Amino acid sequence: MSMTSLTNAIPAEPAPLAPAVGGDVPDYFALLKPRVMALVIFTALVGMVVSHGHVSPVIATISLLMIAVGAGASGCLNMWWDADIDAVMTRTAKRPIPDGRIRPDEALAFGLVLSVGSVLILGLAANWLAAGLLAFTIVFYAVIYSMWLKRATAQNIVIGGAAGALPPVIGQAVVSGSVGIESLVLFAIIFIWTPPHFWALALVKAGEYAKAGIPMMPNVAGPTSTRRQIVYYTLLLAPLGLAPVALGFGGLIYAVVGVLGGLGMLAFSVQVLRNREGEAEKRAAMGMFAFSILYLFLLFAALLAEQGLGLFRPLVA
Amino acid sequence: MQDPKIEYRPLTPEEEARRRKRSVAIALALGAMVLLFFVLTIAKLGPQVLSRPL
Repeated sequence: MSMTSLTNAIPAEPAPLAPAVGGDVPDYFALLKPRVMALVIFTALVGMVVSHGHVSPVIATISLLMIAVGAGASGCLNMWWDADIDAVMTRTAKRPIPDGRIRPDEALAFGLVLSVGSVLILGLAANWLAAGLLAFTIVFYAVIYSMWLKRATAQNIVIGGAAGALPPVIGQAVVSGSVGIESLVLFAIIFIWTPPHFWALALVKAGEYAKAGIPMMPNVAGPTSTRRQIVYYTLLLAPLGLAPVALGFGGLIYAVVGVLGGLGMLAFSVQVLRNREGEAEKRAAMGMFAFSILYLFLLFAALLAEQGLGLFRPLVA
Repeated sequence: MQDPKIEYRPLTPEEEARRRKRSVAIALALGAMVLLFFVLTIAKLGPQVLSRPL
């Protein structure tokens, strides 16, 4: 057999469900959860603009890119670990690994290389505090959340939410070389926002999660308790969302968005509590889920507009 | 090295095309990384790094 034919040959009978050759380029990109990456870039950027300090635009851009790649890498490792449960849920069954387009070992190698690479380059570009925080975020999401909490406790997304809340803290570490109150407040807002956001979806997808054996709150504590907890977390979130105003880094625009958005979140959570059956239940839960995304986006967009575009008008001296 | 006990089949044209696209993507990623390290060096050390005495 010639060398050319050797390199163009694959085992005649590949293992079941495992493709003998790798996937297409977009399949590898899909492993990085691009929508999560976009959200991470956005929140990390806001963490940067609310920080005291200066960093060159080149360093800031490279750092944002590395934070996004690190987040994508943790998403890839999550898909590698969760391929078995992704395969039984309709929402995730078409992901590259359960669909057989990419082999699990390929995804693992891809995720590990990107994890190590993004942390090292962030350390070289910005500083090692930011790199350490990125490494912690990746380990927290891929190991603590995916491998342990997700299948072990109904508090999975409460604790695991810390991973999604860390990008603004990394952003501040890039700019100022330290972690300040501004990014910690943004961390707290995302952390408290996560449970009502995910539980609204979990109420609708409870059957899917049960099929996959994931102990989400509606499956463990029941839908009634979950609805009550959504209201409790929203009662915490609405005033917490205004903390940037009290601390002086959120101005007039932020205050208006925070008050209206907080009231909207409370109204949607009450709808979730009231509508407990049929189509109305589903509509209320999905309404809460969709509005929570808009709420968080508007809060961070207001900060970006005020601090990044010079629209800041202080309400608190 | 291929396992002599396993029977091999040639890649289909579609599989070969996919592999080619992956190779191009890896090459582009490596090129982007070289560029990134170059830009990073200039940004960290300043443009004077290019005009040092030989």
